[in-house]
Amino acid sequence: MMQCKNDRERMLCDISKVSFAVVDLTLYLDTHSCDSQAQDYFNHYVRLLNQMKREYAMKYGPLNLSTADGYSSEWKWANMPLPWEGVC
Amino acid sequence: MWSYEKRLQYPINIKEPNAKLAQFIISQYGGPDGELGASMRYLSQRYTIPYREIASLLTDIGTEELGHFEMVGAIVHQLTRDLSMEEIEKSGFGPYYIDHTLALWPQAAGGVPFNACQFQSKGDIITDLHEDMAAEQKARSTYDNILRTAWDNPDVYDAIKFLRAREIIHYQRFGEALRLAQEKLDAKNFYQFNPEFDRCKS
Repeated sequence: MMQCKNDRERMLCDISKVSFAVVDLTLYLDTHSCDSQAQDYFNHYVRLLNQMKREYAMKYGPLNLSTADGYSSEWKWANMPLPWEGVC
Repeated sequence: MWSYEKRLQYPINIKEPNAKLAQFIISQYGGPDGELGASMRYLSQRYTIPYREIASLLTDIGTEELGHFEMVGAIVHQLTRDLSMEEIEKSGFGPYYIDHTLALWPQAAGGVPFNACQFQSKGDIITDLHEDMAAEQKARSTYDNILRTAWDNPDVYDAIKFLRAREIIHYQRFGEALRLAQEKLDAKNFYQFNPEFDRCKS
């Protein structure tokens, strides 16, 4: 039940959905390494996910350290909302 | 190695505290069929697995289980963070509160602490994959039991349903891994040779 109240939460919900596709496809590909259609899906979603995380980092701060570079002089990583706080 | 992402695999936003439900759900944090045991099981078994794709599957599922461990932690935290002293005393949460206040600590619903004997890492791929499939079903049953107690709490119900569905997917993937392992062994006798210990001649 994803209820997204604002743009930040909407972006995070979209990242969750695309990331879920990537996680699920990863496990499937581990046991079906020759399924080229699944590989195409994976490539599509993983590229989309990286782009979405980068956009999120630019607007609201980094979700991971690989997108924590360069957008401001301030160290935003340490003050990002914690996952268990209960915002989307 | 691992890298951390500051988000849950599936969002959790619980509005009302409920100490009773927290005491049930903490079993999936550190109980016999919980997410901590699941993660440690797969991440321990993988080192001696001789087939790369199966070691990768154990790594990837073990990693997802760490994310589930965090989700269960978030559920218990959100169910307990605004508890009043009165609710703590009335709900039966008192003994846990005495030892841990409102912090998370891995234990079963009945209070038994997390213990490495809750999982096995046997060093035999056939044995371990059967254990993994059974573990996913045991966790699925536990989530079914939790769902029967949480039907009137849609925020909790929704997150538990997500976790339950993942157990079924993992069970499916481990079943495929078992088939892949058996295809690499003697079709007439899988038990003749343990590829994690016995050395291949050719």
